[in-house]
Amino acid sequence: MVKLNVLLLATLIACALSLVTSRHQARGLFVELERAQALTRGFEVEYGQLQLEQSTWATPARVEKIAREQLKMQLPGPGRVQVIEGRPR
Amino acid sequence: MSTVSAARQAPAPRLPPLRAPLVFGGLLLLFVLLAGRSLYLQRFDKHFLQEQGSSRYSRDLEVPAHRGRILDRLGDPLAISTPVKAIWAWPEKVEATPERLRALAATLEVTPDALAAKLGGGEDFVYLKKSVPPEVAARVAALGIKGIHDDDQYRRYYPGGEVMGHILGFTGDGDVGQEGIELAQQSWLGGVPGSRRVIINRRGEVVEDVEALRAPQEGRDLALSLDSRLQYLAFRELKAAVEANKAKAGGLVILDTRTGEILALANWPTYNPNNRSRAVRERMRNRALTDTFEPGSTMKPFTIAAALQAGKVQPMTIIDTAPGTLTIGNKTIHDAHREGSLTVEQVVQKSSNVGAAKIALSLPPEIMWAALSNAGFGSPPKTGFPGEVAGRLRPAKSWRPIEQATMAYGHGLSVNLVQLARAYTVFATDGELKPVTLFKEAGPVAGRPVLKPEIAREVRHMLEMVVLPGGTAPKAQVAGYRVGGKTGTAHKLEDGAYANKYVSSFVGFAPVSNPRLVVAVMIDEPSGGQYYGGSVAAPVFSSVMGTALRLLGVPPDAPISNVVLPPEGNEVREET
Repeated sequence: MVKLNVLLLATLIACALSLVTSRHQARGLFVELERAQALTRGFEVEYGQLQLEQSTWATPARVEKIAREQLKMQLPGPGRVQVIEGRPR
Repeated sequence: MSTVSAARQAPAPRLPPLRAPLVFGGLLLLFVLLAGRSLYLQRFDKHFLQEQGSSRYSRDLEVPAHRGRILDRLGDPLAISTPVKAIWAWPEKVEATPERLRALAATLEVTPDALAAKLGGGEDFVYLKKSVPPEVAARVAALGIKGIHDDDQYRRYYPGGEVMGHILGFTGDGDVGQEGIELAQQSWLGGVPGSRRVIINRRGEVVEDVEALRAPQEGRDLALSLDSRLQYLAFRELKAAVEANKAKAGGLVILDTRTGEILALANWPTYNPNNRSRAVRERMRNRALTDTFEPGSTMKPFTIAAALQAGKVQPMTIIDTAPGTLTIGNKTIHDAHREGSLTVEQVVQKSSNVGAAKIALSLPPEIMWAALSNAGFGSPPKTGFPGEVAGRLRPAKSWRPIEQATMAYGHGLSVNLVQLARAYTVFATDGELKPVTLFKEAGPVAGRPVLKPEIAREVRHMLEMVVLPGGTAPKAQVAGYRVGGKTGTAHKLEDGAYANKYVSSFVGFAPVSNPRLVVAVMIDEPSGGQYYGGSVAAPVFSSVMGTALRLLGVPPDAPISNVVLPPEGNEVREET
């Protein structure tokens, strides 16, 4: 009887300790998760800013200006365009 | 050792008789006190204590939700919200050395004087600068000045700037839509921030989620029907035309004939939604949807189509337009140039007011009203844009003969530009009026049939004659594509009388063999010497249509040498 009680007590203590550790670990992991989520949000914000930057650089007005002024490009006249009939994909 | 042995040997001293009960009673009393206190704390002070406790370890955090993006039909962003900071101060609590304040002013890019004025203005609370990039806010925080704080905000950016301003509108405080699509689609785009309760540790880190109090609702992205390449093209050409003709304003709409989608909608004058500090209300109006004008001759095809459909005339029926005037009651209708006998086709081609009026008078008013109403006049275009107008089309019962005659060539009724472009989908398709929309459609959209297909094709042919030599708009021709359309040159109404100010317009479609696009151009009060629709609006149509068709990869349906211009000074003019 005494032996059984001692055994049960030992088990109880072991369980209690493991609960404490797992709880501690859970919190540690949760902190890590929070950090990762904050990082995700940060990246989303950065992605938005990069999209904004990209579309600002790529505005047709700017592209046209550079094409015409710096690269000396021009629209081909209708006589220099050949239309190739293709099969629609 | 001796004391121990002495104690062992001595008899135990007698305790005073009351001592044990006294100690026992005392201890019992203490226990009762403890129990009472704990009972008191549990019972009466519980709420306060729990609050105090949880305030030390639990927090309610706001979960931000951002506003959805607005995209064009190709997925390019037209409006994006990005987080910024607002720097604010409690002037009374600001403690800083002059150098520190100078550093702050430099970081915020304001003059030290302006900063001092804000801090010394006697306010309890002042915003030092709004919409500051997060990096700058971090540098401000690093200065560590007491009484200076920052708040999270969102700011919306519009990469297209003035090119897209009228359609998109803009957002105000709190990133809430105030104009245009931003206003109309607020509930779709807007995010609703949520909140959650968490447990934090002593370092302030969140260690556990207790409960989500309110789930955040992220704003959703919205795809418009606009094509930003065509929008820019439309804007550039319109701006150039308004400036070249010293006009007051202008508008340009491109529609897809298969879906009714608005691919481009440009207005001049315009404003930049990114920087509205100097923007005037007047420039923010989306005139193509919220303003009406008397369309002039661009209405003629609808009258002719109604007469063809009612069987009153055939395309080759001869109409006598001599001597170029027609008197009804005490009013006289004039043609800008005299013609003798014209076929119905030529009435459209040469834009004869007398011919159109005569054809209109052969129709009962109800039939003509129904034809105009079926083409969408007098009812709002329902694009989903706030503040769009219906235009004016009075009921047939109130028409006098002179009014019916003038309506045939577009006076006495009013339309907006999108309505006019929509109406031309009837001729661009085989008689179907397409519903117009500003939002992207997945595939072709069925329209409402309003004309017999053969009548629509007959009118389409007449409209192609308009751009050929002998018509009013040879300048609308496009190399490589067959186009059709109609000019308009309407006198403007001022204080109830027609003034010598004009609205020049051109509405047309291409390629005629299988129309893909409808383009409507309107130039308000051109004052550069030219005012005929064929000289002012038709060239804009030609350059926009040609470039747009090539951009969209529409195969040409004519040889590239198809453009035939009549000799200078030999153009057919029209008034209205």
